[in-house]
Amino acid sequence: MEYYLQLVINGLVVGSIYALVALGFVVIYKATKVVNFAQGELVMVGAYACFSLTVEMQLPFLLSFLLTLGFSVVLGLAIERLVLRPMIGEPIISVIMVTIGLSSILKSLVQVFWGTQIQVYPQVLPQEPYFIMGVPVAPVYIAAFVLSALLFAVFSAFFKYSRLGVAMRATALDQCAAASMGIGIKSIFALSWCIAAVVSSVGGVILGNINGINSQLGHLGLKVFPAVILGGLDSLLGAALGGIVIGVLENVCDGAAKQFLGLGGFKEVAAFIVLVIILMVKPYGFFGTKQIERV
Amino acid sequence: MQGKCGLFFESYREENALLVGGFQKARFAALLAVLCACPFVLNSYHLSILILINIAVVGAVSLNLLTGMCGQISLGHGAFIGVGAYACGALTLQGVPFLVALPAAGCITAATGMLFGIPSLRLKGIYLAIATLAAQLILQYIFLHWDAVTGGSTGLAVDPPNIAGLTFDTDEKMFYLSLGVAILMLVVATNLMRSRHGRAFVAIRDFYLSAEIVGVNLFAYKLMAFAVSSFMAGVAGGLWGHYLQFVTPEPFGLGLSISYLAMCIIGGLGSIQGAVFGAVFLTLLPEVLTWLSDVGSSVFPAASLYLVAAKEGVFGLVLVLFLIFEPEGLQRRWRLFKAWCKLFPFAY
Repeated sequence: MEYYLQLVINGLVVGSIYALVALGFVVIYKATKVVNFAQGELVMVGAYACFSLTVEMQLPFLLSFLLTLGFSVVLGLAIERLVLRPMIGEPIISVIMVTIGLSSILKSLVQVFWGTQIQVYPQVLPQEPYFIMGVPVAPVYIAAFVLSALLFAVFSAFFKYSRLGVAMRATALDQCAAASMGIGIKSIFALSWCIAAVVSSVGGVILGNINGINSQLGHLGLKVFPAVILGGLDSLLGAALGGIVIGVLENVCDGAAKQFLGLGGFKEVAAFIVLVIILMVKPYGFFGTKQIERV
Repeated sequence: MQGKCGLFFESYREENALLVGGFQKARFAALLAVLCACPFVLNSYHLSILILINIAVVGAVSLNLLTGMCGQISLGHGAFIGVGAYACGALTLQGVPFLVALPAAGCITAATGMLFGIPSLRLKGIYLAIATLAAQLILQYIFLHWDAVTGGSTGLAVDPPNIAGLTFDTDEKMFYLSLGVAILMLVVATNLMRSRHGRAFVAIRDFYLSAEIVGVNLFAYKLMAFAVSSFMAGVAGGLWGHYLQFVTPEPFGLGLSISYLAMCIIGGLGSIQGAVFGAVFLTLLPEVLTWLSDVGSSVFPAASLYLVAAKEGVFGLVLVLFLIFEPEGLQRRWRLFKAWCKLFPFAY
């Protein structure tokens, strides 16, 4: 029983990071209808930037974290301006492929600058575990969960109450109407890439504090797809729930497969089997807009 | 049929020919002659690249049938090629002759492709891309964990292909085999596109509703596209596995799927010729980079250190640049070049 409780707690932490990455994905998809296959690489670049600032430049962690956020804003702006803007109006496969190309570029840049071996963050939080229902939980896990919950709250409020957030929602709903009401569509697109880069790099920094980072971190981006499909491609709430559910589900399935079937590495596919089932039964997810044309 | 100047057809047979006119026939004959002469001229390293190109051509053409012609995005093609490699390897290890095992591997892959193509009835665009992505990862997991058939992470050791007592164990022999298969598949694909089935594919790609209105059975044709495409992918995989004589799960990852999609896009989506250009281009690209780093390492000794990372980066960069500046791919350049040749001294 404790085994499964541990799995669930691990799943919650990993899931909260999936949720963050999914948040970035959903923000981009909502505003620009671009499916971003480079989301995982944004996580990786953020994690490496923060690593570089804290370890190689010896800056205090909090300062380098803030600098990383600033770096992510610039990165998001650059990507939108250089790569995505020329693709407006192109067929969906071209847009998918351009983000895939982007992910290759980012990955190779990271490998050129930082190599492929695992890098470990310095200890920021204390080591002594807290006990939740008798299960030891490291403080960094709790911090990860709290931080993602906080970011979700901030962004939900942003979309609901701020002028810019309303403008983004308007753009998501109907680009032409939004443009004719005086909303700068291009700046909205740029903003959504900034937000995506920022939340992803927060996820990357958290992950770096938990497991260390290496150049394979971008694979995490693939897990975003089951999460957002489960929640609905264009729903923030869906991203949060989907991320958490997929995180817990894959951990528990992995544990169960190991215990009962002796299968290793089931974590890698559990989420995708769920994904196929969701796509067959409820393609628009639980909170997504039901606008998919059925053939 | 676009008639060239001075080309008059006197029979339907002439008009329906695959190669129209004497010049085109001569051009293709010359190309074939040059290709057939390759083993006598090139060393075995260069020949091995040509073999990989032949195999990549089969794979790229098969994906172009599915994605370029029928508009069904597939991110699982690398895994389908893997299914072919494993199926062909496992069958020949059971004692099935290669000539039977290769089409059988194609059929097994076709069945797999159809299974994962079933969601295509309900899903389009991004949703289908994600569904095929799931197929890719699930199949990869099966390769790694179905030890009884795939040999797990150690893989399968396969003998070189053997057809009626003739063993294709050298690069020269393998080159002719792969060239033959590639040409056969190209002819099949080209003829398929000229048939009513091919036109149905294009109709579905262009607009599914109008296709349905003119009487195209969407589900049947989408499944058929998946089946034909996966069959060819399986053949490519079978050839590949038997050429390398070793089948492991690593090469059939998401990266392979992406590079086949990239071949289709760089060559030109929806064009058989484009798929060939793309396959040649993307197979040669890493070789050129290796050569460049050899040259560069005499100047900067650290150049080869970054090669692996740089290969991926250059691949991504080429893909992005093509998508932004030349979305119709290399076949458009080729068309422009042919037009330029035709008009040469004049600009009109």
